[in-house]
Amino acid sequence: MDNLLSIVTFTPLIAAMILALFLRGDDEAAQRNAKWLALGATTFTFLVSIFILTGFDPEDTGFQFVEEREWLLGLQYKMGVDGISVLFVMLTTFLMPLVVAACWDVTHRVKDYMIALLVLETLMIGVFCALDLILFYLFFEAGLIPMFLIIGIWGGKDRIYASFKFFLYTLLGSVLMLIAMIAMYVDAGTTDIPTLLAHNFSSTPLDVLGVTVPGGMQTLLWLAFFASFAVKMPMWPVHTWLPDAHVQAPTAGSVVLAAILLKMGGYGFLRFSLPMFPVGSELLGPLVLWLSVIAIVYTSLVAMMQEDMKKLIAYSSVAHMGFVTMGIFAANQQGIDGAIFQMISHGFVSGALFLCVGVIYDRMHTREIDAYGGLVNRMPAYAAVFMLFTMANVGLPGTSGFVGEFLTLIGVFQVSTVIGVIATTGVILSACYALWLYRRVVFGDLIKESLRSITDMTGRERAIFAPLVFFTILLGVYPSLITDIIGPSVADLVGGYEQAAAQFEASRAVAAAE
Amino acid sequence: MLSTILFAPLVGALVCGFGWRFMGEKPATVVATALLFLSAILSWIVFLTHDPYNIETVPILAWIESGSLATEWSIRLDRLTSVMLIVVTTVSALVHLYSFGYMDHDPQWREGEVYKPRFFAYLSFFTFAMLMLVTADNLLQLFFGWEGVGVASYLLIGFYWRKPSAGAAAMKAFIVNRVGDFAFLLGIFTIFFLVDSIQFRDVFAAAPEIAATEMTFLGLTVNAAELIAVLLFLGAMGKSAQLGLHTWLPDAMEGPTPVSALIHAATMVTAGVFLVCRMSPIMEFAPMAMAFVVIVGAATAFFAATVGLVQNDIKRVIAYSTCSQLGYMFVAAGLGAYSVAMFHLLTHAFFKAMLFLGAGSVIHAMHHEQDLRNYGGLRKKIPYTFWAMLIGTLAITGVGIPLLYVGFPIGFAGFVSKDAVIEVAYAGGGLGSFAFLALSVAAIFTSFYSWRLMFLTFWGEPRGDKHAHEHAHESPAVMTIPLGVLAVGSIFAGMVFYGSFFKDQAHIDEFFGIPTEIAAAADGEAHSTEEADHGGDHARVQEPGEGAIFIGPENHIIHEAHEVPAWVKASPFVEMLIGLFVAWLFYIRSPGLPRAWATNVAPLYQFLLNKWYFDEIYDWLFVRPAKFLGRFLWKRGDGNVIDGSINGLAMGAVPTATKWLNRAQSGYIFTYAFTMVIGLVLLITWMTIGQGGQ
Repeated sequence: MDNLLSIVTFTPLIAAMILALFLRGDDEAAQRNAKWLALGATTFTFLVSIFILTGFDPEDTGFQFVEEREWLLGLQYKMGVDGISVLFVMLTTFLMPLVVAACWDVTHRVKDYMIALLVLETLMIGVFCALDLILFYLFFEAGLIPMFLIIGIWGGKDRIYASFKFFLYTLLGSVLMLIAMIAMYVDAGTTDIPTLLAHNFSSTPLDVLGVTVPGGMQTLLWLAFFASFAVKMPMWPVHTWLPDAHVQAPTAGSVVLAAILLKMGGYGFLRFSLPMFPVGSELLGPLVLWLSVIAIVYTSLVAMMQEDMKKLIAYSSVAHMGFVTMGIFAANQQGIDGAIFQMISHGFVSGALFLCVGVIYDRMHTREIDAYGGLVNRMPAYAAVFMLFTMANVGLPGTSGFVGEFLTLIGVFQVSTVIGVIATTGVILSACYALWLYRRVVFGDLIKESLRSITDMTGRERAIFAPLVFFTILLGVYPSLITDIIGPSVADLVGGYEQAAAQFEASRAVAAAE
Repeated sequence: MLSTILFAPLVGALVCGFGWRFMGEKPATVVATALLFLSAILSWIVFLTHDPYNIETVPILAWIESGSLATEWSIRLDRLTSVMLIVVTTVSALVHLYSFGYMDHDPQWREGEVYKPRFFAYLSFFTFAMLMLVTADNLLQLFFGWEGVGVASYLLIGFYWRKPSAGAAAMKAFIVNRVGDFAFLLGIFTIFFLVDSIQFRDVFAAAPEIAATEMTFLGLTVNAAELIAVLLFLGAMGKSAQLGLHTWLPDAMEGPTPVSALIHAATMVTAGVFLVCRMSPIMEFAPMAMAFVVIVGAATAFFAATVGLVQNDIKRVIAYSTCSQLGYMFVAAGLGAYSVAMFHLLTHAFFKAMLFLGAGSVIHAMHHEQDLRNYGGLRKKIPYTFWAMLIGTLAITGVGIPLLYVGFPIGFAGFVSKDAVIEVAYAGGGLGSFAFLALSVAAIFTSFYSWRLMFLTFWGEPRGDKHAHEHAHESPAVMTIPLGVLAVGSIFAGMVFYGSFFKDQAHIDEFFGIPTEIAAAADGEAHSTEEADHGGDHARVQEPGEGAIFIGPENHIIHEAHEVPAWVKASPFVEMLIGLFVAWLFYIRSPGLPRAWATNVAPLYQFLLNKWYFDEIYDWLFVRPAKFLGRFLWKRGDGNVIDGSINGLAMGAVPTATKWLNRAQSGYIFTYAFTMVIGLVLLITWMTIGQGGQ
């Protein structure tokens, strides 16, 4: 199976095409068929993707399962995974069946919904597998289209504003990234990512409009990529699109957005910024660290005061992504291991939290925190599940949420104690917003008349949560499942980065001496 | 065997939490309790048989591994662990048993609501987490246990989730503890930064090096050992409710009473003391941090005792008493007498658990009335409970025969261990004298509020609801048996364990597995016998990391504590008598006095009644500003500044985009796709040109 990655990537797309071409009508039977087909396709994709994991050799730090083909117009189609990307592929394939199952009760344009989700899956997997700049760009940017549609068609009442905001933010980033990619091609003469990873981009200072830019071309390229990834992440202060998008998105959209789409920024930093532009990272890393800790403290405080559950969780996502960027630009083994772990774990935890909101939204059609209270009276199973994920969100040891947080913090502490201390206040603040939310929604007596007849989770909902619960605890107790896979690749990345950074420092010292 | 001790409670928790649906409520809770008793029996076997000189490590599973950071789940068995094992499992097993009675027909719940399995599951889970904490062989597993007990405590404080106050108290407990955890985490980071490991073995071995290191922390240059010690102690302050981070403990009394006995008296809150003792190899190299420990401990002992004087809720009185006794332990630990701190921890676990369970029995008898002012004259109605409470009170106030020594002092558990703490404080000199003063005053207060509680509850005329008094009844055997067992502990624990924890350095060394060289060949036979008699001064060859606790070469506190003047040794007894007398005067002799005093010194009374206004001050200092800041950043920061400028930019620079916005929802998606395609075309064009050029 030398085209395993292609199979995994395009199976959902094929299913989407079958849906589009052959499924007619919008009656109940057709809707059911659409859902079952989508569920079958995503499950199949997941099962096939397990072969990627079993066949993956963590000790090999190069790309594996590589496929290379000529494509249109002399472009090349190249796919492959390494220790950094393989788990993101797995995360995507694992979550998508759950996402499809989570929108089982949708009745509005079901077929289109399923098509959008399936296309989205293909594009997301593609981002993590692409080993060619143009292919990457294609997947990366195209992924937003189905997301727009999901928010725009199945979203809430202010969806227009939300997607407009999303659009504006992203546009600026993509334009800059595109320019940077052109510049990279001009410089290196190739769009092949493995070759680019080995290419040394110039770091001699440049004069741009009379200003001397230290780190030269690397810094400029780094900044251009940063513009795109920072928005995707999202980092403070370009994060405000996320809460709005989440609030307007339907549950499935929120889950995909939080669990997978947000990871593209972090993946981008690890694939491009750090290894290709080490000097740029070295020079601008402190800036990212500061933006990250600001994000952690700022958005945690903001999260605390939210009145809408989804917004609260969205802001907490921004704070958690702050840990990720902080870990990445701490640029040591613990920091990067932690960042990847945090991204995977956040995929489970935030996905589950949005599903938790979805469960009660489906029943009450409101996300206002004040509309709830005392749910434990009638929904004990829900209360237990929500508790577990609240604690995972808070970063309780024994859940997956702790490992990433701990590793990124211990990583950044080696780099700067000041940053480490400020970031660690996040453990207090996260407890504040998460537990306060839980208390207001779940604890207390059931007083509100509207909640009198609310029902506990159905079998389908329980089945969706079960694997998430399982992995959240498993990864918290035995995180080596992940760190063993990513470890060698990360060590390689860190080694290369440190070498380049040391060379740059040395050359700078020489230049200063002269 | 160790693994069985550790995992039996976890199995119990799972069986109880999930299995009760299949096996029924009663069997599930019985299984959990039986497993706890198994765990307790095995703990005693381990305690009595293990060799303290041989520190065992049983690895279980790898945990977080990343580069040079390697941690695993494993069990470390040394004397500190085994002492904590017996404390935790014994009290926990008894509390499980007691809960069969106490939690039966809990009036907080409605007909048909199942709450017992959940309660037992939480208790067992707590025990598991606490055992993880005490058996950890690295800081991270200790932190796991630390947070695990925090969650169990959170769940149990919020157990009566219908009550809004319970939810609030649970949240407060968790968050205040997190403030301590914040510092604890920083301590772990600092240790990893310096040692590149967080295994106790490596950390302890590196202690002298750490002590010789200066590091920059937040722009200040500080001694690394001092920094680590202070950070870890701040963590301990949170968990052990020391002054400043104590505000959660009184509120934690919202939980059911067995919980207060187990978690908020005997075990979890002593985790901080355990941590300081566990980290003794670092602490010994950090004199300034240790001074800080003494100051905080002494201040807490005094503060909590003053507040305890005037509280009216029976559980809150005991809660403040716990807070105060923890202060005693920290004073001892801070002065380097770790064994004495552990001694008081052990005896305190017995008598304080008993006082709480006794209070629970009173509350149970009085139909969940908790106000002391509504008790009175219960001596005859609930005799077993009365005797148990009396023994507990005799133990905590320190009743015994002063200055009599028959190889060990004669007295109740608290008498022996508290005297040891006070003697250590006096011997500490300098700061110790301050601590001695604070602890002595606190001892008077302790005696006063303890006897006040007894007099108000069991003596005098019945007050409050007549109906409740008429129906007051003795608790069932499942509740009185645990009281009986704890009573035995409260009477004898001090005398039995005196030798191991306080008698002299040689005994302590032997108990804790500290290697010593008694018969030094060079010094000759005679000299060494003399020294052995003397106790304290024999040559110590301990390296940091050997033995369960590390005692630095300059540390002779145990020896000095035995040399204090006789009046110091007798002083705790006298203080007890003063407290007893005043309490008798106020509540038996002339019951009008308290009211008169309350009005005469109203400001002081109010000050104490309101717990020195800590909650109000914190609300004003932290809670409100945080909320204000959150709202400000949200509305102004995100709303006006960030969105404002971006919207402004959009409206100004991309006016056409707004037109599309009005037209159709799919308009800009199309635009977006269009932009992307244009981008690709551009890129490909560039490439073709580029390739053409090459």
